[in-house]
Amino acid sequence: MKIVVCIKQVPDTKGGVKFKPDGTLDRAAMLTIMNPDDKAGLEAALRLKDQFGAEVTVVTMGLPKAEEVLREAMAMGADKGILVTDRVLGGADTWATSTTLAGAIRNLEYDLIITGRQAIDGDTAQVGPQIAEHLDLPLISYAQDIKIEGDSVIVQRQYDDRYHVLKAKMPCVITALSELNEPRYMTPGGIFDAYDAEITTWGRPDLKDVDDSNLGLAGSPTQIAKASDKVRKGKGVMMTAETPEEGVDYIMDKLLTKHVI
Amino acid sequence: MNLQEYKGVFIYAQQVDNKIDSIALELLGKANDLAADLGTDVTAVLIGSDVKGLVDELAEYGADRVIVVDDPALKEYRTEPYTHALASVINEYKPDILLVGATAIGRDLGPRVSARVATGLTADCTVLEIGEFKARGDAEPRQGQLLMTRPAFGGNTIATIACPNHRPQMATVRPGVMQKKDPVPGSKAEVIEFNPGFEENDKYVEILDIVKSVSETVDIQAAKILVSGGRGVGSPENFALLDDLAEAIGGTVSCSRAVVDNGWKPKDLQVGQTGKTVRPQVYFAIGISRAIQHVAGMEESDIIIAINKDPDAPIFDVADYGIVGDALKIVPKLTEAIKAQVGK
Amino acid sequence: MDFTLSKKHEMARQLFKDFAENEVKPLAQEVDETEHFPEETVAKMQKLGFMGIPVPKEYGGQGCDPLTYIMCVEELSKVCGTTGVIVSAHTSLCADPIMTYGTEEQKQKYLVPLAKGELLGAFALTEPGAGTDAQGAQTKAVLDGDEWVLNGSKCFITNGSYADIYIVIAITDVKVDARGRKKKSFSTFIVEKGTPGFTFGTKEKKMGIRGSATYELIFQDCRIPKENLLGPQGKGFGIAMHTLDGGRIGIASQALGIAEGALDLTINYVKERKQFGRTIAQQQNTQFVLADLATKVQAAQLLVYKAAMAKATQKVYSVEAAMAKLFAAEVAMEVTTKCVQLHGGYGYIREYDVERMMRDAKITEIYEGTSEVQRMVISGSLLK
Repeated sequence: MKIVVCIKQVPDTKGGVKFKPDGTLDRAAMLTIMNPDDKAGLEAALRLKDQFGAEVTVVTMGLPKAEEVLREAMAMGADKGILVTDRVLGGADTWATSTTLAGAIRNLEYDLIITGRQAIDGDTAQVGPQIAEHLDLPLISYAQDIKIEGDSVIVQRQYDDRYHVLKAKMPCVITALSELNEPRYMTPGGIFDAYDAEITTWGRPDLKDVDDSNLGLAGSPTQIAKASDKVRKGKGVMMTAETPEEGVDYIMDKLLTKHVI
Repeated sequence: MNLQEYKGVFIYAQQVDNKIDSIALELLGKANDLAADLGTDVTAVLIGSDVKGLVDELAEYGADRVIVVDDPALKEYRTEPYTHALASVINEYKPDILLVGATAIGRDLGPRVSARVATGLTADCTVLEIGEFKARGDAEPRQGQLLMTRPAFGGNTIATIACPNHRPQMATVRPGVMQKKDPVPGSKAEVIEFNPGFEENDKYVEILDIVKSVSETVDIQAAKILVSGGRGVGSPENFALLDDLAEAIGGTVSCSRAVVDNGWKPKDLQVGQTGKTVRPQVYFAIGISRAIQHVAGMEESDIIIAINKDPDAPIFDVADYGIVGDALKIVPKLTEAIKAQVGK
Repeated sequence: MDFTLSKKHEMARQLFKDFAENEVKPLAQEVDETEHFPEETVAKMQKLGFMGIPVPKEYGGQGCDPLTYIMCVEELSKVCGTTGVIVSAHTSLCADPIMTYGTEEQKQKYLVPLAKGELLGAFALTEPGAGTDAQGAQTKAVLDGDEWVLNGSKCFITNGSYADIYIVIAITDVKVDARGRKKKSFSTFIVEKGTPGFTFGTKEKKMGIRGSATYELIFQDCRIPKENLLGPQGKGFGIAMHTLDGGRIGIASQALGIAEGALDLTINYVKERKQFGRTIAQQQNTQFVLADLATKVQAAQLLVYKAAMAKATQKVYSVEAAMAKLFAAEVAMEVTTKCVQLHGGYGYIREYDVERMMRDAKITEIYEGTSEVQRMVISGSLLK
C-alpha cells in the first residue's frame, strides 16, 4: 500500500502567541511545528504502515524552511519527503494550494491520501476536500478511526452528535482530526537518519496537469481586503456589584452581546 | 466567467433527520440583510430526501425562493451526492453569493463544492458585509462586493476577504454568530424542484452505521464553557450552585487546586499548572483568588468572567470582566436569568 | 569554531524537551513525594530508544553521538532530576563500559538489550568503607573452576534492584610489595540480577532525587560465569575510573539541566509575583541575581558540551569531564539555592518545583566523584 500524507509547517501557538510592541503578531518570534491535525494524519498512516506494511510519503508546500517538517515526519517513520516550493506558488489561497498539491500528487502512486482537517494558522479545513475534488476521489473528512478492509477503507467520520461508519473504495482522501490518535515521538536515531536522507524538491515545472492561472497569488480566487492582528487583551474591565442583581445584569449583558447565550 | 450572470443571495439550508438546523435560519437572517443591500432576493437550497415539508419554515424565516433537491440518494448526508446537488444548483441558477454554515457538514460540503464550481471560499466567517473592494490589477474599486471577515490563528488575527473575479462568492459562516429574523407565520416562498440525477460512482461512500454518541466522562478540556470554583465557594455543598449554572448555560464545572486539596472535587476537574490547561470560549472564575498556578491553566480562554469578593484578587488581572461581589448570591440569580433567556 | 548546534541536534533537543514536558514533568512531584521509581517513564523511554542513544545501531542503539545523549539527560533533568540520573547511570555506567571493554559475545548478550532498553543497567563501585577512597574496597572475586565467586557488599547503587545488569568492581588479587604494603588489583564483572547469592539490602532514604532507587548490593558466594569478566583481569580499577569519566559528563548534564529548569521557572515566577505594587522582576536585586545565574548556567553548558565533544573525539577526557562536573554541579547548587530565595516563602513549599530542584542539585556535588575528587583530578593533571 502507498500512502501520501500532506503536512504543513505552522507557527506554534502553544507557548502563547507572541506580539510585537505595536500589538501585531510576531511570527518570527514563534517557533514552528508540524500542524497538529496533519501530525495525527501522519500517525494514522504510520499505524497503517506498522499494521499492513505501507510506503508513506509526506508532501508539503511552503518555503524552503518547510523542509524541517518533512525531516520531522521522516524521523517519526515516514519513508520519503517531497517539498513543493517555488516563488510562483507563494501567496496561494486554499484553491491555489489544493491545485498545487494535487499537481504534485499526480506524480505519485497512492492508495490513500491523508491530510489534516485544518491548519491552526488558517483554520479553513478546505485544502483536503479540494484536493479530493481536483483528483476526482472520494472524500471522508473528520476521521476519528481508520481501518483497511480489502480494497476499501472503513472510517468513523465524526459529526456533532454522532458518527457515521463509512466505507469507501481506495484510492480516496481522508482528513484527520487531532483527536484521531496520539502521534508518536520521533526517535533520536530516526532524527539522525532523517538528516542523512534525501528530500525531493519540486518546483512549478514538476507539477502535473496544472494551469498557471490556478497557482500562487495570481491564481487565488480570494483576495485579502484587510488583515489585522487583534491586540492582546490586557486587564479587562471591572465593576462592583452593590447588589447581586447588578452583577447578574452586567454578566447577562456581556453573555448576550458576545452571543454566548 | 461572466460575473453579471450571477444574481441573488443563496444559502444552503442544512437539515439533519429532516429537521432544519438552526444555522440555516441564521443564514437566512444574514442573507436578507445582504440581499437588501444589493437589491436582490434570497434563495434557500434545501437538499435531502422527503424534505419538501420544510419549505414553509424557510419561508417564514425569510426565504423568497426555495430550490428543493429531493432524492432518495440524499437521505443521509454524504459528501458526493450533496456536492453534486449543490454544485448543480449553482451551475443552473448562478447565485452571486452562497452562504453555507460552518458546521461539520458545511465544512465538508463547502470546500468540495467550491472546488467543483471553481470559485473561492472563505471559511468560518463571523462578519459579512456588502462593500467596495479594489481587486488586484483593478484601477477602481468595485461596488457590491461581499466582504467576508474571519478570525484566524485561533482568534489571534482577523482578516477580511473578497472574491472579486469568481462567482458565486462563497462563505461558510460560524454558527451562533448571525441573527435569525423573527419568523413571519404564513409566509410562502416560490418553490422550485430540481433534480440533476444521481448515479452511484466510486466517489460515493457507503454508510455502514450511524452511531449517536452518548456523553462520556467529563472532559473539562473539551468544554466550551467552564464554570470554575475556588476556595471562595466555601463548601462542597455550595458547589451545587455552580453545577446549576453550568447546566443552565450548557457548560461544565471545573475547580482550582485548593478545592481538590480540600477534597471537594476530584483531581480531574482541576485547572492550573498542576491540573489541566483549558481553553474554553467562556471561563467563569468564581471565588478563585490565588493567581499564578491557576492562571497558567486558563489564561488562553476566550472570555474570562471573574466573580470575587476581594477587589484586589489577582484573578481580576486576567479577567475580561471582573465583578466584585458575593458570588454565592450572584450565581443562583444568574442561573435563573440564563434559564429565563434560553427559554425565550 | 562554531557554537551553534546542528539542525539534527536542535531537532533532537526538541524531541527530548517535548518528551520531558509531556511525559516526565507531570510525574515529577509525585515521584519525589512518594519516592516512586518511574518505571512507566522508563518503559516509554525504552520505546523511543532513549536508553541507547550513543550506542551504535548494530548493537541495538540509536547510533547518535555523546552530545545527543547528554542533551537527553539535560532536558529530562530540567523537569525531573530522578529521571535524568536513571538514564545517565544506565547509559554511562553500564552500557558504555560494555561497549568499550566488552567482547563481541558480551556485547550481543548484554549491550544489545541494554541499548534497546529491554534491560536496565547499574554500576557498583562504592562500598560502605570506600567512597572517595575507592581503593579501600573489600568485595572480592575468586576464580573457582569456570566461575568467579563474589563476596562483599556495595552501597549507594543507583537503579539498584530495578536494574537487570550490574557492573561490579571487585578485588581479584592482593600482592605485598617490597616494603610490605598490600597492593590490591581489581577486576570488573557483569552480574545479572537473580544470580544466586546476589541480594539487595536496604533502600536508602534520600534528600533529593528521591525517585531514583538507591540500594545496597550484597554478594554471598555469588557465582558468575568466568566469561562475565569485563576487560582484562586486574585492570578493573582503570576501567572503573574511565567509566566514571564518562559518567561524570552525564552527571554534569544532569546538574546543568537542574540549574536550567530552576532558572526557567524562576524567570517566569518573578514576572508574575508582585510585592510593593510591582513585580519582583522589576527589582534590581532580582535582575542582577538572574543575570549572574544565567551567565553561570551558560558557562556550565559550554563546559558540559565541550566534555561531550571530547568524549566523541578523544581517548582520554578525564580533565574535561571533571571540570564540567565540578562546575556544573556547583552552579546547580548555587542557582537552585538562589532560585528558592527569589521565590521567597513559596520556594520553601513542596508545591513549587524549585524546592525539589534545590534538594536534587546537592547530590550532583557528591556522587560519581565529589567536587573535591574533581579538584584532585584537575589539579593532578596541572601539577604532574
